[in-house]
Amino acid sequence: MDFKLLEQLTQLFGPSGSEERVAEFISAQVRPYCDNLTSDTLGNLIVHRHGTGKRIMIAAHMDEIGLMITHINKEGFLRFTPLGGVRIQNLIGQRVQFAQGRIGTIWVEKLDRPTDFKLDKLYLDIGVSSREEAEQFVHIGEPAVFVGNFAESESRIISKALDDRVGCFVAIEALRRTKSTHELAFVFTVQEEIGTRGALTAAYALEPDLAIAVDVTATGDTPKAHPMSVELGKGVGIKVLDHSMVTSPQIKRWMADVAADRKIPFQWEVLEYGGTDSGAIHLSRGGVPSGVLSIPTRYVHSPAEMLDKHDVEAAVELLVVLLESNAEL
Amino acid sequence: MLLKTLSELNGTSGAEGSVRDFLRQQLKPFVDTLVVDKMGNLIATKNAHLPGPKIMLSAHMDEVALMITDITSDGFLKFQPVGGIDARILVSKPIQMNEALIGVIGSKAIHLQKSSERQKSLTFDQLYIDIGAKCKEEATSKVKLGDYAYFMTKCEPFGEGLYKGKAFDDRVGCALLVELLKQDYAFPLVAAFTVQEEVGLRGAKIAAYHVAPDFAIVLEGTVAADVSDREEDGWVTELGKGPACSLLDRTTLYSPKLIQWVVDIARGKGIPLQFRRGASGGNDAGSIHVSKAGIPTVVLSVPCRYIHSFVSVISEHDYTACFNLVAALLANLPRKLSINPMGEEEL
Repeated sequence: MDFKLLEQLTQLFGPSGSEERVAEFISAQVRPYCDNLTSDTLGNLIVHRHGTGKRIMIAAHMDEIGLMITHINKEGFLRFTPLGGVRIQNLIGQRVQFAQGRIGTIWVEKLDRPTDFKLDKLYLDIGVSSREEAEQFVHIGEPAVFVGNFAESESRIISKALDDRVGCFVAIEALRRTKSTHELAFVFTVQEEIGTRGALTAAYALEPDLAIAVDVTATGDTPKAHPMSVELGKGVGIKVLDHSMVTSPQIKRWMADVAADRKIPFQWEVLEYGGTDSGAIHLSRGGVPSGVLSIPTRYVHSPAEMLDKHDVEAAVELLVVLLESNAEL
Repeated sequence: MLLKTLSELNGTSGAEGSVRDFLRQQLKPFVDTLVVDKMGNLIATKNAHLPGPKIMLSAHMDEVALMITDITSDGFLKFQPVGGIDARILVSKPIQMNEALIGVIGSKAIHLQKSSERQKSLTFDQLYIDIGAKCKEEATSKVKLGDYAYFMTKCEPFGEGLYKGKAFDDRVGCALLVELLKQDYAFPLVAAFTVQEEVGLRGAKIAAYHVAPDFAIVLEGTVAADVSDREEDGWVTELGKGPACSLLDRTTLYSPKLIQWVVDIARGKGIPLQFRRGASGGNDAGSIHVSKAGIPTVVLSVPCRYIHSFVSVISEHDYTACFNLVAALLANLPRKLSINPMGEEEL
């Protein structure tokens, strides 16, 4: 499997609320494989492939975590607020990049006590000496993303924004391969990281019979990790529970039966925090049967997230055959 | 003065009746229909017969206040906040309940406090309301559990063009909305005076769903922290610098394209505008922008110092500039507004 497309996806600029470049890139990738492309008020990209069966929504979010500038002082230093679940303690020395390419680095004021380490003690230095100079490159309200190159080894990949460009990658690959006869809507959603907001409005508009989100999940396979029986390389995760949803038995059985039938490796995923687009979708209107295919990923929400290529392959295979199954639940 | 009357009315979350009644009577000559929905939102409509786009303006009627949760055996009232109130600001303030009943929020005088007690601020549990009752029976005859207690503050001008008063969050939005409804428009305009914003943006959720507008502008009072113990980077907004356009808060990430539209119009008309430079808090936009298939929403706020307290402070200049900006936005609604990041969207 060629992961060049995943590399391109991860390196695009797309913090929550500014997903245009990701949407444009994905549009170009999927155009030959779909019947039409639309986008909605919040900026979701909706890729339709017509069919005669069930209306199935496949959701993967385009946005990545980042920062937003809230203040520029007269020496040209920037203050910021997180966009999504950013871990403050990981930020020192981190490089960030703005839409126009400007790079800066995060540092911290002198602290009297370690407990004084708070967001408002951190600042961003973009290498300028005055407010006027800074304003040539950034303005208040401008978002930035973390810098994190794509590195590929025999079986693993490290990059920023694997959450959730790998979900976009899986959805694109499945769209290319699937011979499904269902009415498919691949939705590349916005604003997942700040509260699954894009999925909420897309699900309302589409009224699907069934939905599958593709997203990353945490693992329990690192030194002294919080106990969680998900490991890199052991297959695609089938979501059982997270903070936003408990998957219905019918969905779990359908996914597991199809995976077992095709000998696709999978693992049950119980995540004790977090949520995905399916959390919003399954509560839309009168309720939508929803499941999640998860890609086990270490160091989620850092500039160096890590996953295993075999798990991505398993996710693509399972999504393809799920969409080709009769989906009678 | 409209804002003075609105500020001095009492109406917290779930008990917005007196504010709603006053607004109804004010609006009657200027709107086509006035409806109160099941939740208590007041929905005023102009030009429903005209072709779209349908624009919704919204402001919330409720203010933060206290709810009586217990009456002690000696006739004192225990309470909990309705909406976000800092317990440290409450002690020794007079309050008003049930139209005419006056009370005082009490606690132990400084002479009686141990030095350890003086080190710590008072919590809701340590505070109580004294209504002068001698026993539980006397208190019970005047007050029941679930009654509300309100700050007693006259709305008055002071300084250079400043006003002090309670409940500017969001009676300032209500007052602006009434003034805006007095003008004529060439499109369907719906004004939603919402309930229960302070306890979770609940009224706006229902209003946005059944109004189903094409575009929404929320008018708010928001935090101004341009005060002595804060450095400039923590000010959020400043008094006297014009209305604040929100960028990001806990409930909404505002569309960069819509913000640019607001900035361009303000700049073109020479109306002062600032950004709300902080990500905490939330407002009715959080419910509105994700309603149904998504509603493009912007928020403009009048900066308020000491918000959510006994008395807050606004600048008349900001109020007037906010009115002028919303009027300019409504007069310059483009037929096509590129809200949708992928292309032009028909409004």
